[in-house]
Amino acid sequence: MALTAREFKHQAEVALHDVNLQRALAKAKGGFVAKRRAAVAALPEFEEIRTAARAIKNHTLANLDAYLEQFERKVEESGGKVHWARTPEEACETIQGLIGSEPRQVLKGKSMVSEEIDLNHALEQHGHTMVETDLGEYIIQLAHERPSHIIAPAVHKTREQITDLFHTEHPKYGLTQPVTEVGAIVDEARQVLRTKFLNSEFGITGANFLIAETGSTVIVTNEGNGDLSQILPRVHIVTASIEKVVPTLDDMSTLLRLLGRSATGQEITSYTTLSTGPRRADDRDGPEEFHVVLLDNGRSTMLGNEFRDMLRCIRCGACLNHCPVYGAIGGHAYGWVYPGPMGSVLTPLMIGLENAADLPHACTLNGRCQEVCPMSIPLPDMLRALRFKEHERRITSARSRGALRAWAYLARRPRLYQAVTGLAMRVLRQLARGRGRFRSLPLAAGWTGSRDLPAPQGKTFQAQWRRR
Amino acid sequence: MSEEKKNVALFVTCLVDLFRPNVGFAAVRLLEKAGCRVSVPAAQTCCGQPAYNSGDRKTTADIARQVIRTFADYDYVVAPSGSCLGMLKEHYPRLFPDDSAWGPRAADLAERCYELTSFLVEVCGCMDIATSLPASATYHDSCSGLRELGIKQQPRSLLGQVEGLQLSEMEDTEVCCGFGGTFCVKYPQISERMVSDKVDNIIASGADMVLGGDLGCLLNISGRLKRQGSKVRAYHVAEVLAGMTDLPAIGEADGE
Amino acid sequence: MSGAREEILGRIRTALLAGGGDAGLARKEAVRPALQQDPVTNFVDKLKAASASVTRVPDLPDVVEAIADYLQHHHLPTALVIGNDPPLPELAWPADWELARRPAAGDDHVSVTGAFAAIAETGSLVMLSGPGHPTSLNFLPDDHIVVLRASQVVAHMEDVWALLRARDGGMPRTVNIITGPSRTADVEQTIQLGAHGPRRLHVVLVAG
Ligand code: SF4
Repeated sequence: MALTAREFKHQAEVALHDVNLQRALAKAKGGFVAKRRAAVAALPEFEEIRTAARAIKNHTLANLDAYLEQFERKVEESGGKVHWARTPEEACETIQGLIGSEPRQVLKGKSMVSEEIDLNHALEQHGHTMVETDLGEYIIQLAHERPSHIIAPAVHKTREQITDLFHTEHPKYGLTQPVTEVGAIVDEARQVLRTKFLNSEFGITGANFLIAETGSTVIVTNEGNGDLSQILPRVHIVTASIEKVVPTLDDMSTLLRLLGRSATGQEITSYTTLSTGPRRADDRDGPEEFHVVLLDNGRSTMLGNEFRDMLRCIRCGACLNHCPVYGAIGGHAYGWVYPGPMGSVLTPLMIGLENAADLPHACTLNGRCQEVCPMSIPLPDMLRALRFKEHERRITSARSRGALRAWAYLARRPRLYQAVTGLAMRVLRQLARGRGRFRSLPLAAGWTGSRDLPAPQGKTFQAQWRRR
Repeated sequence: MSEEKKNVALFVTCLVDLFRPNVGFAAVRLLEKAGCRVSVPAAQTCCGQPAYNSGDRKTTADIARQVIRTFADYDYVVAPSGSCLGMLKEHYPRLFPDDSAWGPRAADLAERCYELTSFLVEVCGCMDIATSLPASATYHDSCSGLRELGIKQQPRSLLGQVEGLQLSEMEDTEVCCGFGGTFCVKYPQISERMVSDKVDNIIASGADMVLGGDLGCLLNISGRLKRQGSKVRAYHVAEVLAGMTDLPAIGEADGE
Repeated sequence: MSGAREEILGRIRTALLAGGGDAGLARKEAVRPALQQDPVTNFVDKLKAASASVTRVPDLPDVVEAIADYLQHHHLPTALVIGNDPPLPELAWPADWELARRPAAGDDHVSVTGAFAAIAETGSLVMLSGPGHPTSLNFLPDDHIVVLRASQVVAHMEDVWALLRARDGGMPRTVNIITGPSRTADVEQTIQLGAHGPRRLHVVLVAG
C-alpha cells in the first residue's frame, strides 16, 4: 500500500487541522477508554488472565515451528490446504492463483494482514472486484481510503461524511435518498451488501487466532459479515500471519477474555467463529474449498531479536485508543497499515527504519499503551530500542545529533557544565526582565510556538547551594 | 543504631537546578524535617534522559557511570522528579546487561534511590507536614512517576496534610501533558494539542493551582496556561509541602 | 510457493536458537472467571445484556406456543426455515405453518434451530455446522430463534471444548459462538443492531 510514513510530521500537522477528523476523534476517544475500563473492572480475574495469556503466547512463540506444523497437519487432515508466503508479493500471488485469471467478485471480511500485503490492489490489477463487507471497511473502500484504526477502520469519518458518501455511491443500486440516521445508514449498507454476499464465488477473511490442536482459523466479529463471507462462497481463503497460532482451544478462550474487553469493552463479541476445513460430505452449506495463507513478512526475524515480545500482539487496538498522540492525529498520519504505538513498532520493522524514522520518536514514552496492553508488550522499550538503532545507523537528523553531542560534552564535565549553565541562566533571567516567562525566544521556537517558556529563577541551585 | 540520621544525597535534576532552584531547597527542607542529613554532591548534572531517549546509548552509559559514582556513598538518593528517578531506578540497570562491574553498581543505586514524595511516605513514614495553604489545587500525575514508580497516592496523602488545601481531581489526570522531553520541540504541534487538552482539564477542575512532581511537565503546563492567559498557578508539590510558595508561581512575573 | 515453507520454518528455528523476548514466564493453568450466580441464571442475564431475548418454558411441548407468541409479537410470518438438530425433531408444529428444512436463503425472515451448548459466562450459544444445522440459518434470516434446554448450559467456553473433544466426528466445519444479534459500531461508535446478520436473536429456554 502507499507508504507515506516518511511524511509523518507533515501529515500529523494536516491531521491536527482537519476539522472533520478532529470531530470524529473527539467522539471516539472517551468511549473506547471508558468501555474498556468498565469491562476490566467487572472482571476481578483480569490480571491473572493477563499473566496466563502472556505465558501462553511466550510458550507458543518459543515453539512456533512445532505449532505451525501441527496447525498445517490438522488443516490438511480436515481437507483444507495451507500455503506459506515469505513476503506480501508471495501471499498475493498465491491468492491470485487460487482465484484464477477470470475476473471475479471477491468478498472480504476485515483483515489487517490483507492490508499489510495490499491484497485488494494486487487482485484488482488482475481484474477482480473486491467487496469489503465490514461496514467500516466498506465505507473507507467507497472513500478510496485506508483503515485509520485496526479495529474501527472508519473511526475518522463523521456521520455526515458517510451520508454524503452513500448518497454519491448508492444511486446505482436505485437508492437515491440520503440516509442520515445511524440505523438507516447501516440498513442501506446491509441491503447493498446482501446481494453481493449471495453472488460471490470467493470469500477472504482474516484470522484472530489459528488453533494448532484442531487446525481451525478463528475470527472475532460483531457484524456477521465475516461469516457470510465464508459460508456462502464456494471458496474460503484465510489470510493470517504466523504469530496468530495458539496451541489449544482452551488457550484461545483465555485470549478471548482479554481481546473483546481490551478492544471494545465487550466481554465477547457477537460472533466468534471457528472454521475447520471445507464443508463436510453431509453438510448442506459452507465452502467447498478452504485455504489458509500463512504470511511471514519479517516476523521470523523479530522472533530472534529484541522485538520478539511484539509478536504477542493480538491486535486489540487498546494501545491506539489510549495513546494521546494517536488521539490527536488519528491513524492516517502514521503513513502505513498499522498506526499508534503498535504501528510505530511494527512499521519500521516491516518497511524499514529509514522509511519510518519519525515513528519511534513521535511518542512521549508516557507508557499508557503498555499499561493497557492485554499482552503486556513493553511498547515504550521497543520504541526506545528502535531509537537506538536509528542512532547507530545515523538515521536521525544531523542537527539533533549535533545538539546532543554538545549537550553530552557538557553533561560529562560537571564543573564546566555548572559554569556554562550558571551563566546561561543568569542571562536568561536578565532577558526575561521580571516578566517571569518568554513569549518567544530565538532557538526555542519549537517550545514558544505554542506555549510560553517560564524564565529561570536566576542563580542555579548548585550556585546557591555552594554559598549556603 | 536506628536513631542515627539517614544519610541522603539529593539528586537535584537538571531542570530544577537551572529553572527552579526553589524546588531543590524545598526538597532539602522536607528531607531535613523528616530527620535526614542532606548532601548535594557537586559532580551532578543530568540523569542522561536526553541522550537515552534520543537513542544514544553510549553517551547515556557514560553519564550513568558518572551518576553512579557520584552517588555511591549515600544511604539514599532522592530526587524531586519521577522521570529522572525512573531513569536511575528502572533504566540504569538495563544499560549494563553483561557488565560485571557496572551492572551490580547500577542495581545497587536502583535499590537506594527514591522519588521525593515516595521517600517521605514509604521510607520516612508518616511525617508531620505542618504547613498551611488556603487554596484549591489539582494534581497532575506525571507519566514516569505514575507508571514506572507507582507514584499516585504518596503526593496526595502528603498534600492531604496541608491545612486549608482543597484537592480536586481533574479529568484524565493520568494522561500525558505532551512534554516528553525532546518530544515537545520535535513535534511541537502534537505536543500543543496534548498540553491544550491537559490545560482544559485543569481549568475545568475549578482549582486555582496545578501541582505536580516533575518540573518538565510543570514548565510545559504553566507555559501553556500562561499563553492562554489563564490565572491558574503551577507549583511543584515539594514547594507546597515545604511551605515555600511565597515566590511567584512557575512562569509568573514578580508580583503577578 | 516452493521453498517458502522450508525457508520460513528454517528461519523460525534459527531465530529460536538466538532466543529473545521475555521467555521466563512458565505456562500455567489458565484462570476461568468465577460465576456470580448459578449457570442458567447467569446465562440468561448475560444473554439479555447482549440484546437477545429469552422465553423460559417448562417443557418441550410448550416451545411451539412460545415461538408462536414471538412471531405474533413481532408481526412475523409463520413461514420458517428450520434446522433438524435436537430438540427440533420432537416439536409438533401447527399444520398451517410453512416449514422449510434447508439452508437459509437471502430473503428468509425467520429461522429456528437448536444449539450444541450454551455458555453461562458470556451468555453465548454454540452452534455446530452439520446436516441438521446449516450455518446459514444462523446468519441470513432477520430473526433467529434458538431452542435450548437448560441442561445444555455449561459454565465456561472450555467446557464446550471438552464436550466437543468427546463428541464423535471431531471438529465440524464451523463452530459459531453467538452472543446476541448482529451489531456494528462503525458509524460514530454508535451501536446499531442488525448489521449483516440477524436483527434479533431469541432463545426459547426449556427447563430441565
Ligand atoms: S500492542 Fe497490545 S494493546 Fe496494542 S494492539 Fe497489540 S495487544 Fe493490543
